[in-house]
Amino acid sequence: MRVAGKGLLAGAKPVTFSFNGRHLVGLEGDTLASALLANGVHLVARSFKYHRPRGILTAGSEEPNALVTIGSGAQSDPNIRATSQEIFEGLEARSQNCWPSVEHDIQAVNDLASPFLGAGFYYKTFMWPAKFWEKIYEPIIRRAAGLGALSGQADPDPCEKAYAFCDLLVIGSGPAGLMAALTAARAGADVILAEEDASMGGRLLGEVEQIDDMSGVDWVAQVLAELESLDNVRLMPRTAITGAYDQGTYGALERVGHHQPRRADLPRECFWRIVAKRAVLAAGAIERPIAFKNNDRPGIMTASAVRSYLNRWGVAPGQRVTLFVNNDQAHDTARDLVQAGVHVAMVVDSRHDAPDSDLYPVMKGAQVCDTGGRKRIDSITVRSVQGEERIQTDCLAMSGGWNPTLHLTCHLNGRPQWNRDISSFVPTPGTVPGLTCAGACNGEFSTIGALREGAEAASQALEDLGVKASKPDLPTAGDAPYNITALWAVTGKGRAWLDFQNDVTVKDVKQAAAENFRSVEHMKRYTTQGMATDQGKNSNVAALAVLADATGRGIPETGTTTFRPPFAPVSIAAMGAGAAGAGFKPQRFLTSHLASKELGAPAIEVGLWYRSSYFPTAGESNWRQSCDREVGLVREAVGICDVSTLGKIDIQGPDAAKLLDLVYTNTFSTLKLGRVRYGLMLRDDGFVMDDGTTARLGDTHYVMTTTTAAAGQVMAHLEFVQQVMRPEWDVQITSVTEQWAQFAIAGPKSRELLNGILGDQIDDASWPFMACGTVDVLGVSGRLFRISFSGEMAYELAVPARFGDALFRELLQRAKTLKGGAYGMEALNVLRIEKGFLTHAELNGTVTAFDLGMQGMVSKKKDCIGKPLSSRPGLMAEDRERLVGLKPIGAVKQLTAGAHLFNPDDPVERIYDQGYVTSAGFSPTLGHSIALGFLKNGPDRIGEEVRMVDHMRGIDALCEVVNPVFFDREGGRARG
Amino acid sequence: MRVTCPNCGERDRREFYVKGAALVRPGADAPVEAWHEHVHMRDNPAGDVHELWYHEMGCGAWLDVCRNVVSHEVVSAVLAAGSDLGGAR
Repeated sequence: MRVAGKGLLAGAKPVTFSFNGRHLVGLEGDTLASALLANGVHLVARSFKYHRPRGILTAGSEEPNALVTIGSGAQSDPNIRATSQEIFEGLEARSQNCWPSVEHDIQAVNDLASPFLGAGFYYKTFMWPAKFWEKIYEPIIRRAAGLGALSGQADPDPCEKAYAFCDLLVIGSGPAGLMAALTAARAGADVILAEEDASMGGRLLGEVEQIDDMSGVDWVAQVLAELESLDNVRLMPRTAITGAYDQGTYGALERVGHHQPRRADLPRECFWRIVAKRAVLAAGAIERPIAFKNNDRPGIMTASAVRSYLNRWGVAPGQRVTLFVNNDQAHDTARDLVQAGVHVAMVVDSRHDAPDSDLYPVMKGAQVCDTGGRKRIDSITVRSVQGEERIQTDCLAMSGGWNPTLHLTCHLNGRPQWNRDISSFVPTPGTVPGLTCAGACNGEFSTIGALREGAEAASQALEDLGVKASKPDLPTAGDAPYNITALWAVTGKGRAWLDFQNDVTVKDVKQAAAENFRSVEHMKRYTTQGMATDQGKNSNVAALAVLADATGRGIPETGTTTFRPPFAPVSIAAMGAGAAGAGFKPQRFLTSHLASKELGAPAIEVGLWYRSSYFPTAGESNWRQSCDREVGLVREAVGICDVSTLGKIDIQGPDAAKLLDLVYTNTFSTLKLGRVRYGLMLRDDGFVMDDGTTARLGDTHYVMTTTTAAAGQVMAHLEFVQQVMRPEWDVQITSVTEQWAQFAIAGPKSRELLNGILGDQIDDASWPFMACGTVDVLGVSGRLFRISFSGEMAYELAVPARFGDALFRELLQRAKTLKGGAYGMEALNVLRIEKGFLTHAELNGTVTAFDLGMQGMVSKKKDCIGKPLSSRPGLMAEDRERLVGLKPIGAVKQLTAGAHLFNPDDPVERIYDQGYVTSAGFSPTLGHSIALGFLKNGPDRIGEEVRMVDHMRGIDALCEVVNPVFFDREGGRARG
Repeated sequence: MRVTCPNCGERDRREFYVKGAALVRPGADAPVEAWHEHVHMRDNPAGDVHELWYHEMGCGAWLDVCRNVVSHEVVSAVLAAGSDLGGAR
């Protein structure tokens, strides 16, 4: 309930929200946790394994218990920590992992079976029979245990990605962070101050503190006002720094629309990449619980959380509060409660030398050894030298000390160091280059110390960056001693929780040790301690202290598990922002795209390109009809196809020919001006990289074409040769793929069509097969290549891309009058398979020139890249899988790419594999299916029978091995 | 991760394509064993390594990047054009 006059929400607007269907009212500025406590709701969740009633343990993102699902339907968002979620008008929240309700959860029977459900239970119990695991055991266990569930529907809320750069990134806005930001901001540095909480100020918001002559809260407001007034400062509240990465890169998750009613114009979350020249980690510390019997009941909280709820949100989590502590600082909780008029029944301090107080009773050298109450704590049992005593209470505030929040310092493989004085791990300096720790995360727990370290860390960073800065005057502030005597677990029978989120008790850790899972990493995986959303933020150090004790080792020797990003949970939606659906993937459209769309041609993705698949005409109801017709157009009249996606690389300079001779297996320096030659490229390891034609347009000017798939790779390769291998050569390489629109004009009537649009008429004598040159196309200067990927008399005509659309339409118009038309990728593929021409389906990275029957193209007269290793015996072995053609001869007439080949009498098993099919299609020209593939000893087996088996599609076809050139083997049609 | 391209300045690693170890290419008449060594055999030192990085989404320069595979420090990034990685000819 609220305490009059306490907290920072005085005068805040009421906000209505619902929890498990119940309408409640909180105040603007409340978290769901503070609003629930203000309404007297303590039971908010059920535990992971035993379905024990659970309440709110903390007041921060480390919360292990109070996980809820926000929203409903497709917008429901599971595993949201009630301690981080701000309430807003209409917020719907509900408990998870319980049925029928959090009040009455049937699976709470698990708690009765707890003696059988300890660490390793699953591994020992669900061993046999092995095949039961996946089908029976795991689904049952997954239903019984677990956290919130996904909606199963597509996520309708967008997330965003963003990038930021700064001189200094300050992580955390407590006294250390604010002081660091202020020091750097005043010096003029670009500062980003990131704070996970909705409000800046860190622990100062939850404490009764004095800084200079004002309250800590007023000091925070004053510093923030100054920071806000400066242009060089960016304040980022609601932003958790999730990971430290190389060279000063940090991941961050900002809640943008998550804390307010959903708005279409706001992303739910934004995932940031922040690149910082320097960083100050001022992430504070996390208070740790103490393990004792039944320490997990609703109403048991950390002492600092009780203080925060009281001082920041004006909520008293109980009317009769008890404390169980092992350090001086936690006594502030009792002091603040009493001063706010809340009854403190007892402070149980495990230390014999604990300080006295005249405000509240203190039992020294005593321990809480049990608690009572089911859905909320109603009593504690205290053990001291006087014996055991029961004390009535409705809220127990516990403190086992503080763990510095040093996670980010370990993200680059750093390991923390044990500090005996504060019984905690502290960061090892320098583990993240450019990042310095200040304040509580550095093990400095006093306010004055935090202010000092924050200022010092910023000054050091500024000095590193060469920014002049004057040392700021440090304000005066509290310097209260911490005085801790370590206490991890109270001895005794019964379950004492270490990890609330995963239901891991002291007994489980001891059992892991007894079963020889002595390494902290093994213990973690055997018990599941430190997993899930809180990643053991509350429990890691205590768990390893118990493990250290059980294995007879020291804590430093036992060590911690590895801290990995993210520090706080990041939804996949945020990390993948921009990648849902088409996302930011670029789309490359051809100049013929619009005209093709108008003709109803479906587009097919080829890398980033969109190419026309086929051009349906009236009466055609499936793609095969269109494809067959288009193949016929090309074979009998003339077809037009946009081939601009092929890589086009302009190579100029006196040494251009030498470059081509080096990268191609065959010779290009001998290529005559105005001629085109087919070339083959190898990788260093001797395998084929790519193929294509290269045209010589001038003495020192070539244009290379690459396959569409390898355009980028070949460009990088040529750059490598030019820059690294032969920097002394005078040659320039430029990609001109997008500068030229290029169309194939293929078929017996191709020349007739061209002569209608070319300035000068062409014939076989002036433009023989493999000729090229500059032409006038309807007044535009273009390039004409007589090359053929269809086996017909064919040309490729290129014009500057801005004329592409007009030329494509003109070509189609003229083709139509010649009984021709456009053809798409499907027809193009059939045409080239009929001719045994290659694409990257065949050039798949595992084939050699020998496999393709092209070993003769590797010139013996000159050197080329890949030549030395291409001559290895293994790459020229007769029994390699080598290129063949296939046609069906059995009852099954369909051939499919990806199918494997077997001898007809062999079993269809991997070890009898004889090869595979790379390309297949129906040839309307020949009237049956055809395929290309690689077969052991292929060329020597022409005429033999093989069995093609496609397990994926369930196709089993008997084939004859044939020459890979199915049609016009002599090539007379292309030569004219 | 950030790499400082000599032409473009400090850039995110996603602008680059990594080819692999930066090794001096065998000379023109090198035996096939030297090529086998060059293409297939790699040291895996816990320390500084030299790699070829291509500034694919930037200036198109091939870089010789030296980085420490333990600390992830980028020790240096220079134009590969100025190195002798091309080998003897």
